[in-house]
Amino acid sequence: MEGLVKKLNRRNFIRVSAIAGGGFVLGFNFLSSCSPEQRPGQLIDLNAFVKIDTNGEITIMNPNPEVGQGVKTALPILVAEELDVDWKDIRVEQAGLDTNKYTRQVAGGSGSVRESWESFRKVGATARQMLINAAAMGWAVSADTCHTENGMVVHKKSGKKAKYGELVERAATLDVPQEVNLKSNAAFKLIGKRIANVDNQAIVTGQFKYGIDTKREGMLYATIIRPPAFGQLLESLDDTAARKSPGVKQVLKFENKIAVLGQSTWEVLQGAKMVKAEWKDDGILESTTDYSKNLKSVLLNEPKEESRRKDGNVLEAFSSAAKVVELDFEAPFLAHNTMEPMNFFAHVKKDSAELYGPIQTPERTRTRIAELLGIPEEKIAIMMTRMGGGFGRRLMSDFVEEAATVSKLAGNIPVNVIWSRESDMSGGFYRPMYSYKYKAAVDNDNKLIAWHHHSVGVGSSAASGDSFPAGAVANFQVDTEEYKSPVSTAPWRAPTHNFIGFSEQSFIDEIAHKIGKDPVAFRLEMLEQAKNNPIGKVNYNPDRFATVIKKAAEVAEWGKKKAGNVFQGFAAHFSFETYVAEVAELEKQADGKLKLKKIYCVADCGTVVNLSGAETQLEGGIIDGIGHAMYAELTLTKGKPDQTNFNTYRMIRMREVPEVEVHFIQNNEKPTGLGEPGLPPAGPALANAVFAASGVRLKTQPFIKSGLFA
Amino acid sequence: MAAFSITVNNKKHQVEVDPKMPLLWVIRDVIGLTGTKYGCGITQCGACTVHVGNAAVRSCMFPVESVGDEKITTIEGLSESGDHPVQLAWKEIDVPQCGYCQSGQIMAAVALLKENPSPTDDDIHKTMTNICRCGTYNRIKKAIKAAATARV
Repeated sequence: MEGLVKKLNRRNFIRVSAIAGGGFVLGFNFLSSCSPEQRPGQLIDLNAFVKIDTNGEITIMNPNPEVGQGVKTALPILVAEELDVDWKDIRVEQAGLDTNKYTRQVAGGSGSVRESWESFRKVGATARQMLINAAAMGWAVSADTCHTENGMVVHKKSGKKAKYGELVERAATLDVPQEVNLKSNAAFKLIGKRIANVDNQAIVTGQFKYGIDTKREGMLYATIIRPPAFGQLLESLDDTAARKSPGVKQVLKFENKIAVLGQSTWEVLQGAKMVKAEWKDDGILESTTDYSKNLKSVLLNEPKEESRRKDGNVLEAFSSAAKVVELDFEAPFLAHNTMEPMNFFAHVKKDSAELYGPIQTPERTRTRIAELLGIPEEKIAIMMTRMGGGFGRRLMSDFVEEAATVSKLAGNIPVNVIWSRESDMSGGFYRPMYSYKYKAAVDNDNKLIAWHHHSVGVGSSAASGDSFPAGAVANFQVDTEEYKSPVSTAPWRAPTHNFIGFSEQSFIDEIAHKIGKDPVAFRLEMLEQAKNNPIGKVNYNPDRFATVIKKAAEVAEWGKKKAGNVFQGFAAHFSFETYVAEVAELEKQADGKLKLKKIYCVADCGTVVNLSGAETQLEGGIIDGIGHAMYAELTLTKGKPDQTNFNTYRMIRMREVPEVEVHFIQNNEKPTGLGEPGLPPAGPALANAVFAASGVRLKTQPFIKSGLFA
Repeated sequence: MAAFSITVNNKKHQVEVDPKMPLLWVIRDVIGLTGTKYGCGITQCGACTVHVGNAAVRSCMFPVESVGDEKITTIEGLSESGDHPVQLAWKEIDVPQCGYCQSGQIMAAVALLKENPSPTDDDIHKTMTNICRCGTYNRIKKAIKAAATARV
């Protein structure tokens, strides 16, 4: 990036204007003048997203952090589609944080594509129109009589053709068209096709540099020792042995932590083991069993906070109901466990800083670092590397702040702070532990008339008010509270939805069973109500929701595969604007044990941008959802995590993975989220299949503890 | 500290390190080949898989002193330009999501196919125990089968 900036400056690039469109600053930067001598091989920065070399090479910038969700492929597809270039002729480059050029450089909320759908295509279409205008001017014809074909402007009548590279210098001197037409969905050549991850070649050859691979001249590796338990303070420290450990260069105490710096990762990890630190408890340190009891007791009392949603009167409805159904659920803490442990490179100088590494939120992080160091934001450079997973962990900036602090305290030297797996799992942030209490009622006609959700989460509330079946039930109330704790919690893939989906979809299954209705028909009945006679605000489209449910039932042959030892469970959840329905299919073995065989998935995510990427996000979300629901939990004993590595924290492995079959609803709606929505329905689809097979209602995770599985 | 002469990707390296230093860190921090990844440090996840001779080894607990005369192959040494059948299959099936674990997965898959050129699902499940947090397992399996077919 630094090199690029230099190159641009050397070649007299100036930034002329910025235009706004749809709330998104396009940030066009134009070349004002170049001497003729410089023309051959000239790199033209046609706008902040598109660079065209006069020799014809086209580079599309990806401004958003790539965390495995595929934005580095998907966002450039949007630009390339409207620019009308052959995908094989373009190169994609990762941009660093640059708030003058880009907005929303964030990987989170499954939002990159849905926020960029129009604006990124407009960027491509604008650049294309400028190239047409440049050609038309050169040929002295009307721009309306020219069109583009794979990186070339064509004047059909005269048969004249010019490659983009030949036109770019003139194009860069022209006015920016304010209005451009976007292609109709039917005209798409790239959008909707299978396009492979742009970094595949570098990944499969081991050439790709992740943050953890960063090495610079004069850099020291560092690792940090944190309190072993949440709620502990550093009391005393003896670093004599650590300082003598081979390769160790410095041991630093800061805040409530100790940093060990040295020449190689292994040497600092070894050195850290030699540090003798005493820690003292700061208040009462709770264990998982305490949290379980304390969260449940919160739910025994009247909700303390204002209801998130209140339609009708649930208490009255319960008192006059024909039948009441109740169910409680509990979610364990979960670690994010990105395969690339937390790390960050920092080089803090006297009045500037360079930060380089895996971060989902570079802009927010820069603000934090500026406050921390007292250095203005414009003097802080942040470059995002491709991330070895995020899942919400890298929305936090604690590890960047630590790296900056260590660089500064160590004498303003470049450092790469690398967390051991044990630190990563035990000293981080977790998906909150939750406790949920559900109560629902039906009238004499078996119609659902009341629904009450009361939940509490550690360090976070546990629900939003408007989740399905909101809008379909006359008396509907959601109460959720937060339980304060020293355990740090954070968003974890599909925040809140990851367990709301499980509890709500399991509860719907339970109600359907209790009132003798088919779970799919029962959901469709509720959606009919939400469509024809909605109660309060409805944030989902009942028709689109019903369509995915019907399609999932169809592809999985719901209700038909009853023969023998095959059992199915159904779940559907709406999150990040995407509708997903899943059917889990399991087999009951001769010994009575259950084995998950397959997940059918149907999604309505609007227009599919990259078919391969979209499928892989849903497959990954499903396997993630199944893996965590089946096997994972993080427990605490007096504030100290009991699991610190993959020998005790069980992650799903290949032999445990079901077959996954993904279908998309074809429509021309705008694209919606994909990184997260596949996850929430997976766990409950499996739990509902377990109920069908065994009559056992799974109310806690991990399911493996039920003893029902092979 | 002791001096070792080790051959990585057909290139000899003289390194002076603690004999107990795991091969992973010699490869990454001393020799500077970073395609081999650190994931857990206790041979659970397989992100650090390399070949010692023909065998897939989780290098994070394999002391450099145990290498002896065996030749080491890392992901960087698998092919000149990413055209090993397993690498080709990985690209064709579009396996990677975040990509971090994939060099270890590929090295494990190559070793599997060397020993068993047409593995069954069961053979694959028994050997491929590396963790992928993104859940690319089904595509990994598909790619292994595609690579096996391509070789026949």
